[in-house]
Amino acid sequence: MSAETGEEAVLFRGVSKTYGTLVALDAIDLRIPRGQSVAILGPNGAGKTTALSLLLGLRNPTAGSLSVLGGKPREQAVRARVGAMLQSSGLPEYLRVDEAIALFRSYYPAPLPIDELLALAGLTEKARSRIARLSGGQVQRLYFALALCGNPELLVLDEPTVGLDVEARRSLLATISEIANRGRTVLMSTHYLEEADAVSDRVVVIDRGRIIADGTPSEVKGTVGRKRVAFTSRVAFDDVRLSRNGERYEALTESPELLLRDLFTRGIEIDDLTVTGATLEEAFLALTGGENKHVA
Amino acid sequence: MSLEIASFLPMLRAQSKIEFLRLLRNPWFSIATIAFPIMFYAFFGLAQARMPYMNSTVGLYLLASFSAYAVMSISLFSFGASVAAERGNGATRLMRASPLRPLAYFAGKFIASMAFGGIAVLLLALFARLAGGVHLPASTLVLLLARLLLGSLPFVALGFAVGYLAGLNAAVAILNLITLPLAFASGLFVPLDQLPTFVQSIAPYLPTYHFGQLAWGAVGATSEPWQRAALWLLGYCALFTWIAVRAYYREERKEFA
Repeated sequence: MSAETGEEAVLFRGVSKTYGTLVALDAIDLRIPRGQSVAILGPNGAGKTTALSLLLGLRNPTAGSLSVLGGKPREQAVRARVGAMLQSSGLPEYLRVDEAIALFRSYYPAPLPIDELLALAGLTEKARSRIARLSGGQVQRLYFALALCGNPELLVLDEPTVGLDVEARRSLLATISEIANRGRTVLMSTHYLEEADAVSDRVVVIDRGRIIADGTPSEVKGTVGRKRVAFTSRVAFDDVRLSRNGERYEALTESPELLLRDLFTRGIEIDDLTVTGATLEEAFLALTGGENKHVA
Repeated sequence: MSLEIASFLPMLRAQSKIEFLRLLRNPWFSIATIAFPIMFYAFFGLAQARMPYMNSTVGLYLLASFSAYAVMSISLFSFGASVAAERGNGATRLMRASPLRPLAYFAGKFIASMAFGGIAVLLLALFARLAGGVHLPASTLVLLLARLLLGSLPFVALGFAVGYLAGLNAAVAILNLITLPLAFASGLFVPLDQLPTFVQSIAPYLPTYHFGQLAWGAVGATSEPWQRAALWLLGYCALFTWIAVRAYYREERKEFA
């Protein structure tokens, strides 16, 4: 089925999307081969949801063209091969889990068996529960099961782990990895580099409607995955790598070890040392030059 | 090799089923559309059920009135409230991203609403029979049902229009504001000749009045020809459909363009 070579799962060519004066996507080019598992990483408002809405045919591009599995996003035959998990989508709360799954199975020509869907989503025990009585994590897993109903060639997940606790997040990511390992194309948007790292072969970083990095998780981590080093020192000193605020020093660096070794070699005494993973927000600022947003 | 897209009929069946469950599992909906008409009938209809009324009886006349009220409110609420709810909670987006065919989506709501309306009328007729000894011949019952279900199309369209134009809470309030005064002013609760004169003079311009005429005509409780009522309802249906389609495309441009 997915053996047709030379056909991309997703192809964006110069795709822009504007809402009034707001530019949500700015001439995006993106080619995703079949079978790849791709994370779209970016802060809120970066254009992630817009990109996914376009390829699901929920929105039309303002300019450019895109194709999904060789067809147009709004074709029924294309939709029948795509599964989607959206942000902020509701379900009829009066339905039971098995009824909702049965409904979505009826939309697809060759749906997966209901027992397999329940098992994949870890909802076997909850099959006969009303949706209104599920926990947040269980609802999220139900959306996941609905996305898988049609045994999709392309699985599109818009921030699937939002609102989940650590355990629920871990188990959902493990299931997504499993689907990706079956050779499905998976496209997932996320805020978190760790999530991208856990399930994806490739990370596409977008910010303000543009792709600003594209590579393997480790390549992107090299650019995005900086560490924040912070400490205090009663003795004032200067170092171009550090920003200073009274006794407080901070740096954003790819190699905190090197920086600290230098300081120790110079015999500088420091207290309250912390080394933390830079937040994605900081990484974007670093990548985009991010002059305008910085608040000290 | 499997088919490229799912077959229509199983999709329609599944969609109709969940729409029917939506109505059935909402206790307020069942109370308002099944229990209330039966209760009204018990209060107003039973005592004088056998009294003659035109070529009919008061029992049959009120059976037709409350059946019309039930079918009309089911049509308005099942379409209006469900569309507004799905827009509000984002279910529309999820269904839009799936290969669900729009025709199955709309037809599913229609089938569920018709089935629910049919059940409401049958239960009311059964109650009238058991509690009031009001006998409705099978052929008359079929005629009444056919007229009510076909005649409810303007209310289906109006429900859609409200569902696309209003948010969920507003939609329910607006639908109540439409249903109750219209039903009252058209003589569905209290016979027209007992209403104030100015209400009597407005009534012939209301869609519910003509909907009532269709129902009363089926049991021989009006002298008006059904063709006139049908024509009025057709006109209202065209008007409400026009509004609903415009509202639908407005939503399309806003949310899915």
